Amino acid sequence: MSQKHLHSIHVSHYKHTAGCATEVMPVPDVVKISMSQHIGAPCKPLVKKGDYVKVGQLIGDTDAFVSAPIHSSVSGTVTGLEEQRSAAGGMDTLVVIETDKKQEVYEGIKVPEAKDLPEFIKALRESGLVGLGGASFPTHIKFNPKNIDEVHTLIVNAAECEPFITSDHRLMLEDTEDLISGCQLLMKYIGLDEGYIGIEENKMDAIQHIDKVLAAKGITNIKTFKLQARYPKGAERVLLYEITGKTMNAGEIPAQYGVILSNVTTIAFVGQYFRTGMPLVSKRMTVDGDAVNTPKNVIAPIGTQICDVIDFCGGYKEEPRKILMGGPMMGRAIFSDEMPIVKNNNAILAFSKTQSLVKEETACINCGRCHQACPFGLIPTALADAYARRDAQALSDLKVMQCMECGSCSYICPARRPLGFTNKLGKAVVKEAGIK
Amino acid sequence: MDKKTYSNLVVSSAPHLVTNMDTTRIMLMVLIGLAPSFLVSIYVFGARVITLTLVCIAASMFFEWAWNKLMHKTQTVGDLSAAVTGTLIAFNVPAGLPYWIAIVGCFVAIIVVKQLFGGMGKNIVNPAITARIVLFISFATEMTTWPLPKMAADATSTATPLGVLAEGGAELPSNMQMFLGFIGGSMGEVSAIALLIGGLFLIWKKIISPIIPCCFIGTVFVFALIYYAATGEGDALEMAVFHILAGGVMLGAFFMATDYVTSPLLPMGKVIFGIGCGLITMIIRLWGQYPEGVSFSILIMNCLTPLIENFCQKRLYGGAKKNEK
Repeated sequence: MSQKHLHSIHVSHYKHTAGCATEVMPVPDVVKISMSQHIGAPCKPLVKKGDYVKVGQLIGDTDAFVSAPIHSSVSGTVTGLEEQRSAAGGMDTLVVIETDKKQEVYEGIKVPEAKDLPEFIKALRESGLVGLGGASFPTHIKFNPKNIDEVHTLIVNAAECEPFITSDHRLMLEDTEDLISGCQLLMKYIGLDEGYIGIEENKMDAIQHIDKVLAAKGITNIKTFKLQARYPKGAERVLLYEITGKTMNAGEIPAQYGVILSNVTTIAFVGQYFRTGMPLVSKRMTVDGDAVNTPKNVIAPIGTQICDVIDFCGGYKEEPRKILMGGPMMGRAIFSDEMPIVKNNNAILAFSKTQSLVKEETACINCGRCHQACPFGLIPTALADAYARRDAQALSDLKVMQCMECGSCSYICPARRPLGFTNKLGKAVVKEAGIK
Repeated sequence: MDKKTYSNLVVSSAPHLVTNMDTTRIMLMVLIGLAPSFLVSIYVFGARVITLTLVCIAASMFFEWAWNKLMHKTQTVGDLSAAVTGTLIAFNVPAGLPYWIAIVGCFVAIIVVKQLFGGMGKNIVNPAITARIVLFISFATEMTTWPLPKMAADATSTATPLGVLAEGGAELPSNMQMFLGFIGGSMGEVSAIALLIGGLFLIWKKIISPIIPCCFIGTVFVFALIYYAATGEGDALEMAVFHILAGGVMLGAFFMATDYVTSPLLPMGKVIFGIGCGLITMIIRLWGQYPEGVSFSILIMNCLTPLIENFCQKRLYGGAKKNEK
């Protein structure tokens, strides 16, 4: 066990909704299901206008390796396909379904059975599961690394270090059984010896609850691991270091260090899928922000438009100026509240004008706070200078590629410089120059 | 059913949350850190401390404002950095200095040292330190006419403890007198205890890193200890304490050497910078022409800062070496 900590920053938690039990949202009139909800090739729609679909029915798939199938989250009639710009900037195909509110379950749904690892991985692919912590990397690839004989440890990322978000916290309290059975399934099929659930110490009730359930079941090879309640303890490389003491570079995967590391929601879904057989069609998320009337934790069908989710939370308190998919530190600002929920949404945050202003940038005073904040010890000021010169070699020498874009430097900068974003641009300069 | 939707939302890069500790607040903290010394100075030298400080702050802020106005630049006077510079200039001159000379100092600091080099964050050397040196060389008499502390009733003129040490002719004040600040000297540098309180406040508030003050003061202490032990010119420990309490060491170490802009950013660079300041201070004090060396030491180390920074970056990341297979 590592006792050392990487640099981190204190960010106010704003966990207003930690005590809000999750509410299941009624099915909206229309859902728009994106065909690109994962890293990798987008799916091709398998349905056309006029088709009747049921809950859990496959509506999008592809032969590409890095991809995950997409299922209908509702029962209803497909009214067509729509092209829409996604939050990431590319074009997305959306399958628009008018719901009949009956939520008829697709006949093909059955609890999966797996004899061995290949069958387990196949079942995971069929479930449409992707990394639900944010990156949405298809899980059936992540859980099947090339060196599968060498991995020995499972690390569950339940840090939830982003401010505002409490959906993982609620999941740990409400779906503890699924979480633990998910861990056990993974450990059984992949052949892992021990598991750690990394939880920040601001969620002591979750730690105690999971400890209690583990003790009651007599499980000793899965343990909770208390993390500092600081940002960004939930970043993959930070968490790996905090729990195992191993230093992972950018571009590497935890499996190279004998670890399977996955988000708590992803693991709990594995447990849930092997209990019910229902593919990934709904998502728990925190709805918060000063422009929302009643902040809540909500389970919404995937494809629900954000405006419908906000309506369920009492609508807007005042005109929203900024809406985020995800937390305020790494989440994406979206331009329209008509965008649909995707698999990896763990929060919708709507902010009023006063909270949305982009602060004016002033001159760097060389205070070094950014360097002190960076978990990897980068020097964001030097990187920003190198980027200003478009000096790919200097950027590479200053290790810009190690940046994980956690945003700690931008958060802490007294001059309000967008240092994290500059690093992102700097990475593009290095890639373009082809420096290895 | 017509629903009101919003498709004109603000899109910006993450993070969407920032700390409220901005440049203005940092400068405000530094001003608070200077307050204890300011109060002691009023007690020691009287009301002229207040007027001189206000004149320096007003002049510095005016020059900053006027420059931005004339050059059509974004107005930066609100960030209070000019106020900090003004206060530090006042702290670095005798309390009886004519106002017009102090204003010349503010002009040098804000216009020549700061704005001509590109303004906030771009200056190479510390504006207040450079202003002190310019005034010291240009107005040698006025800058070394030390007003009398109110406690010393039996004398008409006074000298700084370091002046006494260099020239002789009077008795050195006790270390306790110097610790409290009831001695002659520049307005804001007389009371070690007050500066220490302000400095520790800044360290506690994480405004400054303790590395530079510790290395600076530590080097002065160790250097003096070794020198006096080797030469036998006095009680080594007493003289070592004397040197860290005398002159501008406390003010320099906590408030001037720690200036972000002109000191290294990396911890290792801060160590080199602090030790360098201490060494140069002691070399000037013991062998130099001037009795005091703090301002020159900081000025010289300011100039070396880019080199130190570069060196430390290379040490941290291994220079431009290619990753070999």
